[in-house]
Amino acid sequence: VCIHRVRSCSSVRFIKSKYVCVFDKSALKFSHQQRLFRTSPVSCGQIVQFKLSDIGEGITEVTVKEWYIKEGDSVSQFDSICEVQSDKASVTITSRYDGIIRKLHYSIDDIAFVGKPLVDIEIDPSKGVSPEEDVVETPPMSHEEHTHQEIKGHKTLATPAVRRLAMENNIKLSEVVGTGKDNRILKEDILNYLAKQTGAILPPSPKAEIVPPVRRTETVPAAPKDRARRAPVPVSRPIAFSGKDRSEPVTGFQKAMVKTMSAALKIPHFGYSDEIDLTQLVQLREELKPLAEIRGVKLSFMPFFIKAASLGLLQYPILNASLDENCQNVTYKASHNIGVAMDTEQGLIVPNVKNVQVCSVFDIAVELNRLQSLGSAGQLGTSDLTGGTFTLSNIGTIGGTYAKPVILPPEVAIGALGKIQVLPRFNGKGEVFKAQIMNVSWSADHRVIDGATMARFSNLWKSYLENPATMLLDLK
Amino acid sequence: MVLQSFKNCLWRSCVLRTPKACFWSTASGGLIIQSVSNDVYQNLAVEDWIHDHMDLEKQQILFLWRNSPAVVIGRHQNPWQECNLRLLRQKNVKLARRRSGGGTVYHDLGNVNLTFFTTRKKYERMGNLKLVVKALKALRPQLDVHVTDRYDILLNKQYKISGTAAKLGRTSAYHHCTLLCNADKFVLSSVLKSPYKGLKSNATPSVPASVKNLFEEDASLTSEIILDAVAKEYAVQHQIDHHITLINPADETLLPGISNKTKELQNWEWVYGKTPKFSISTCLNMAYKDSVLDVKVNMDVKHGRIEACNIDLPEQWLPPGLYSELVKSLIGSKFCPNEITMLVTTLLKVCPQDNELHSRWSLLCENMIRLM
Repeated sequence: VCIHRVRSCSSVRFIKSKYVCVFDKSALKFSHQQRLFRTSPVSCGQIVQFKLSDIGEGITEVTVKEWYIKEGDSVSQFDSICEVQSDKASVTITSRYDGIIRKLHYSIDDIAFVGKPLVDIEIDPSKGVSPEEDVVETPPMSHEEHTHQEIKGHKTLATPAVRRLAMENNIKLSEVVGTGKDNRILKEDILNYLAKQTGAILPPSPKAEIVPPVRRTETVPAAPKDRARRAPVPVSRPIAFSGKDRSEPVTGFQKAMVKTMSAALKIPHFGYSDEIDLTQLVQLREELKPLAEIRGVKLSFMPFFIKAASLGLLQYPILNASLDENCQNVTYKASHNIGVAMDTEQGLIVPNVKNVQVCSVFDIAVELNRLQSLGSAGQLGTSDLTGGTFTLSNIGTIGGTYAKPVILPPEVAIGALGKIQVLPRFNGKGEVFKAQIMNVSWSADHRVIDGATMARFSNLWKSYLENPATMLLDLK
Repeated sequence: MVLQSFKNCLWRSCVLRTPKACFWSTASGGLIIQSVSNDVYQNLAVEDWIHDHMDLEKQQILFLWRNSPAVVIGRHQNPWQECNLRLLRQKNVKLARRRSGGGTVYHDLGNVNLTFFTTRKKYERMGNLKLVVKALKALRPQLDVHVTDRYDILLNKQYKISGTAAKLGRTSAYHHCTLLCNADKFVLSSVLKSPYKGLKSNATPSVPASVKNLFEEDASLTSEIILDAVAKEYAVQHQIDHHITLINPADETLLPGISNKTKELQNWEWVYGKTPKFSISTCLNMAYKDSVLDVKVNMDVKHGRIEACNIDLPEQWLPPGLYSELVKSLIGSKFCPNEITMLVTTLLKVCPQDNELHSRWSLLCENMIRLM
């Protein structure tokens, strides 16, 4: 505060003075002025009992339902202090003062009385007198612009807290439009004025957030050619970054994921990737899509991928197995419960389609639709989310080509499907044609699966998808 | 009744609170607006927006709105105590927590909502409700409707057709009430019945009442007719034109910041997380093989999250390590079936592969999830 005063007042009389009270400051500066104070002097650092004000309708007591602050917190005028309830009305009580909360007179669910103290607030000594009453000044003799209160002979109404804010920001009160009662200038008016004038980020208050620099672009010339010709307009105010790191405990589902992924890491992974030409499958799906729609089902590529995987697992059942904790036994699972990774708001979930080995492509599509709608509604059941034996992750819907998927225990293999891209490829005659290419990245448990097995499975899966007609031969 | 676009009303000048000539020069004293949306969160956000941004000194506002099926709980209520959350999810009925106090109500398009915005000083609920009764009587003089001292409106001295709640801020206040025109009473009574046992909390309880639709009393009455009648009476009492201005709660240029308010109201932390602390003390009856197990469960839930949890299982029914893993994971989790389902199924992945164990685990978890 002192520094500001020095800057703002050309007279350097009071560099070292310590201002504890409004009276002292004003006496030194406006020695020739007359002042009218309607307040009684309040000496500072004082603890003021903030009483619960009238709610209206003759209500005398309310129940305290929530505190927004706790003892020791600093508050500004108009900050919310607590929420009270009375007879179906919920009331937000806001602070009348700037200061520090020293005592809460009630706990949650206590009955509070109108007119009795609600909280004790220690008024900030530098902020001066309680802003409850207005300070009206007659035109002063001093010439400092920002303290000059006269606007063509009108008095400007503003509380000391507001005046101080204006002074600190070198704002002429005469240029601010007051929107309070009797055109009184409120804190909000100063802040609005500031934001419009400088277009800069405002100095942070204790609870400030980062103000996105949207408005700043309005002050910088928009035309690119202008920018090329002249240097960018320098920012007049230092940028105040008031973002803070934020810590959250790891709870619930996230905690469970931590456990699972830590266990997954113990599995020795190896990867195998390949490129699949889906040109024929794309065409096939186009033909079948309307048929599925008639039956009320949305047909994506996944049912084909899943069925082809199941056909492959029939030949290479080791990929549909589970290794026990002690690595003593490998269990070959009879059912192909193929999991499909889904991205939801809560995170990654993997519901599975049960018994794919006895399902048709259409059956799989129906089941996928069901799981997808339940998944997005957050209503998947435990049976949908357990019992998986093999997983496919279609990360390509979001993007990417190659991935390194992590095996979900107790499974031993997983495949990640990249996005389908149109790329030039050579056909048998050496001609270039437009191919629909998708990449697949497999990961497998090297303790029970070797590279050759994975490669052969992948080749089989690939051949089914590149020539969908061959699936017909092996369909059960 | 004339409906005009909001932009014609120099709305923005009202918003910026600059004393330019705007609405009040032509129609001072009051403004009647109606939402074009049936989304409960968007409409509640409009209430918030007006409460926070509009200067009600020179004109009061009447806001008319209707919602597609939703249950709206009061600021300090417990949704588990007030309604059947399982049924809500199944029937796709939304759950919203409003910022005003009071009890739980069911909204659908057969229910109209009226919000009276005034300055804090002019807050007066009885007057508003008397206005509504006057409007109804002007429409159908034979209707037996009156306001009780609990701020309800009763039909035939028996049936509640309107409930009230209010929100007071520093400078402005609003009083809103429902009005049952032609709501689905069957859905209403089934969703407002809580199946959850053993709940102990200090949340504001609702007072159940017998309800009736105005439509049942007089089949010529519709929501639209009733809305219009109230608007007409409001216009008369505030000496303004009987114009209803339509607003779109999704219009960010008209109502800057509205989409943030809508998001806040949809957020789990607001809807469930604001539930006052409560505890559950109940017994799960689990049918396992040939017997039925009685398992006592005690849980404390604060801010919608499990703070403490104790499950009284027979000894060794689950391996102790697994039991403590379950309890440890539950603590801090949201008291939400989806979250817990994902949690327990994920935990199962790192359990020993034992069918017996898996079926016990699934049984226990499914029963636990039913509590939510």
